[in-house]
Amino acid sequence: MKIKALSRPTASQQAPGSSTVRQARNLDPSQHPFERAREYTRALNAVKMERMFAAPFLGQMGDGHVDGVYTMAKDPGSLERFASGSGDGVVKVWDLTTREEVWNTQGHENIIKGLCWTQERKLLSCASDKTIKLWDPYNSTPEAPPLASYLGSSAFTGLSQHRSIPSFAASSSVISIYDLSRPSSTPSQTLHWPTSVDTITSIAFNQTETSILASTAIDRSIIMYDLRTSSPVQKLVLNLASNAIAWNPMEAFNFAVANEDHNAYIFDMRKMDRALNVLKDHVAAVMDVEFSPTGEDLVTASYDRTVRLWKRNRGHSRDIYHTKRMQRVFSAKFTPDNKYVLSGSDDGNVRLWRANASDRSGIQSARQRTKLEYDQALIKRYGHMPEIRRIKRQRHLPKPIKKAGEIKREELGAIKRREENVRKHTAKANLKGRKSEREKMILAREQ
Amino acid sequence: MGDSTSKKIVVTAEDRAAKQRLIEAEKTYGRGKGNSIKSARDKKLRGTLREQENRHKDAVLKAKDAEILLEHDAGFLEPEGELERTYKVRQDEIKDSVGLETAKKGFELRLTDAGPYRADYTRNGRNLLLAGRKGHVATMDWRDGKLGCELQLGETVRDARWLHNNQFFAVAQKKYVYIYDQNGVELHCLKKHLEPLFLEFLPYHFLLTSATMAGFIKYTDTSTGQLVNELPTRLGRPTALAQNSYNAIIHCGHQNGAVTLWSPNSQTPLVKALVHRGPVRSIAMDRQGRYMVSTGQDQKMNIWDIRMFKEVHSYSCYQPGASVSISDRNLVAVGWGTQVSVWRGLFEAAQADTAKVRSPYMAWGGDGQRIENLRWCPFEDVLGVGHDQGFASIIVPGAGEPNFDSLEANPYENVHQRQEAEVHSLLHKLKPDMISLDPNVIGKLDTIRDQQVREARDLDKKPEDPLEKLKNRGRGRNSALRNYLRKKGRTNVIDEKRLKAEALHKERMARNKDRIRQERQDLGPALARFAK
Repeated sequence: MKIKALSRPTASQQAPGSSTVRQARNLDPSQHPFERAREYTRALNAVKMERMFAAPFLGQMGDGHVDGVYTMAKDPGSLERFASGSGDGVVKVWDLTTREEVWNTQGHENIIKGLCWTQERKLLSCASDKTIKLWDPYNSTPEAPPLASYLGSSAFTGLSQHRSIPSFAASSSVISIYDLSRPSSTPSQTLHWPTSVDTITSIAFNQTETSILASTAIDRSIIMYDLRTSSPVQKLVLNLASNAIAWNPMEAFNFAVANEDHNAYIFDMRKMDRALNVLKDHVAAVMDVEFSPTGEDLVTASYDRTVRLWKRNRGHSRDIYHTKRMQRVFSAKFTPDNKYVLSGSDDGNVRLWRANASDRSGIQSARQRTKLEYDQALIKRYGHMPEIRRIKRQRHLPKPIKKAGEIKREELGAIKRREENVRKHTAKANLKGRKSEREKMILAREQ
Repeated sequence: MGDSTSKKIVVTAEDRAAKQRLIEAEKTYGRGKGNSIKSARDKKLRGTLREQENRHKDAVLKAKDAEILLEHDAGFLEPEGELERTYKVRQDEIKDSVGLETAKKGFELRLTDAGPYRADYTRNGRNLLLAGRKGHVATMDWRDGKLGCELQLGETVRDARWLHNNQFFAVAQKKYVYIYDQNGVELHCLKKHLEPLFLEFLPYHFLLTSATMAGFIKYTDTSTGQLVNELPTRLGRPTALAQNSYNAIIHCGHQNGAVTLWSPNSQTPLVKALVHRGPVRSIAMDRQGRYMVSTGQDQKMNIWDIRMFKEVHSYSCYQPGASVSISDRNLVAVGWGTQVSVWRGLFEAAQADTAKVRSPYMAWGGDGQRIENLRWCPFEDVLGVGHDQGFASIIVPGAGEPNFDSLEANPYENVHQRQEAEVHSLLHKLKPDMISLDPNVIGKLDTIRDQQVREARDLDKKPEDPLEKLKNRGRGRNSALRNYLRKKGRTNVIDEKRLKAEALHKERMARNKDRIRQERQDLGPALARFAK
């Protein structure tokens, strides 16, 4: 008879004289009962922890401005410098690491509408006092006069720097392209849609297809221009005017516009008959929009006193940021390292937020990091479960915004119901197909 | 022709080997059928599914590869000649042929005063809890032979269980369930568990379950002390209680031969099966929750497939089996009278649909000690036998799981590891309402409800035609259409629906008439009257 019984010497688990214990693993599923239920419980704990650690607000920059902050610009050559312009004509440059002001000047007599850094790390500012000024915040004292100033015939509303050549575009009722290398104060070329006369509210150069320029105007239009032919290419008219436009840095043909109708829209430049995505959640006009440097996320600033963060391919926001004291938000930017978000609001403060509310930027041990990654994977896996989804989406909202959202939902529901009733009583011959939500806001297209 | 042969996909031996390897790995580590990628219409979803399937495949193969790290092999008892029988092997022969350290695991305790004894091992198999009917309760680290605590309770003790680790245990005494700590200090008295007969502890849910004399099954959460639920069995005094460690369902045996399955979420049994023709004596389920073995007063040992609720095999015993228990490697120990038999390969035979196993694997006893209770020691080749003269620990080669997972239950854990494991298990405590017959139901999509929601949301859905329902339902003479037309009330209301129904009825009558006329013609004048 052959006989063998199990024997495990204790020394095989822990060597004599050592304090290290071996971790024996056996991956046989029968040794791990309830794996689904236990994983779900872990996911539930993870999502609760994520909400517990959510503390998005980091602080404000220095003492802020005296008047509202209406425009901000990041220095593309630096991770820590950015400029903000306020309603009283003051331009300030900030340092992100110290959160302190490093340079300021009373640049203009009127509200500053546009700011932009050039390739030589000079700062351009334009205002409704019909001037554009070029500053050197890195090398000059705040009292120094501007390096150059350009005079226009009407108030300027926006600025954008060309990616490769030293020229920039400024918008008023037309788009004027100025050449920085020439001393002349007159634009080297002007662009405008032949029939449009209204003020252009914002412009943006495409940073990959460098000769493409996009603009939004108060005549509700979005217009694409091509510098190579120095002519407008196509025009899209939406139901309401757009306030800002931003290009996706990774997918160069996609851009987002912030619209007066409380939504932001993402369009494909090549196929503008319908939006790629509609970002719906704000309860007042969206004032500014920007893509994150990775092109995956968006941030919007709104007149409803909140900042919202979005996933590029989701219809609803992934987070909402607000404070008691933050007023109408006019500008929002991602920092170049994709970790923080800046917002400039009517109350004159520039606020710094985390891009992910529960992130912590301190050094993490490898164990901590793997735990966080595992938690994220669990939340993703069980994100469809009602309890987890509810906890993940739960946000405290200021009362007026919650109320406004409820009213809005009710009103939209009523409109929809009315439309359906009309359809129900329309003869089949006259019945048109329903319009997709992504096409509804498009009024006209012109080539 | 040459063209078509060159287009054929070449399956190399390597591919075939890889596929075979995957199939082998899926057998142990697979988690059921994968998603079908082709059926997904959405392109993005298809991509995600494909990615998921690949990740799953990778994980399965890696788990299979990790088997190389398992360092222990299971024990065995193999006859070398034709005439040798494994059930003839005695304990002293086994002790002679195994190592000294292993031989020490077989021992006997003579406790003649307070017997019959019931025994329980902790989940890692390190500690033993003994409870004598007449009030003697003792804990010990049985490998070191160290006594933990000893209590003389002075009243009837019917059952005793370890809780989640070796720090606490529950004892079913004459009137209530009491919880003691490792030093024997009484911590709690659970007065809601009145006159308990049997105890079970669900370690992942922290639920202490008792079957009481009055026929109630009661669940108490030992981490919060709350009574979770009490379920009336309505079948009198229970005769057996066991948990299915695969899905945490409690099986309860009754006087009338029925076994009922309970979860704390339902006041009625999930399943009620008539298993014996007489009181059920003992129940046990295997680790993977596939088979149930039960013994009854009718001198039978029945093997049930609990996925299909079908009896697969039935064995006759010489005496009613008082206790049955299943080891990690599916060895079934039955105690009947003064004997213990251990059976091997019962479930393999059931699965392969072959004949019954004819002879037991091992046998023990016959020395006049009436068997009360059997317990397998986890991760060891050891069977604990509680009998009326004390307790015996016998060596059964090939019973225990050789390779443990120290994150699940660690026989060699130190204090720090025990504390850490306790905190983790409390953090990941499962809720009582997660208990269901299929433990993997959590996280599954509710497709039925989704379908309903989708239908409700679809504005262009065609309204359901009420006549469509009436049309094709009638099979006999009394069709739904006739029923509708015959209906009393609203007979004066002539609306579109009624008009349509009447027209339909008329049409049907005419068709019927035609058919009968045709049939008459076919049958001829003599047989025409039989046309129907």
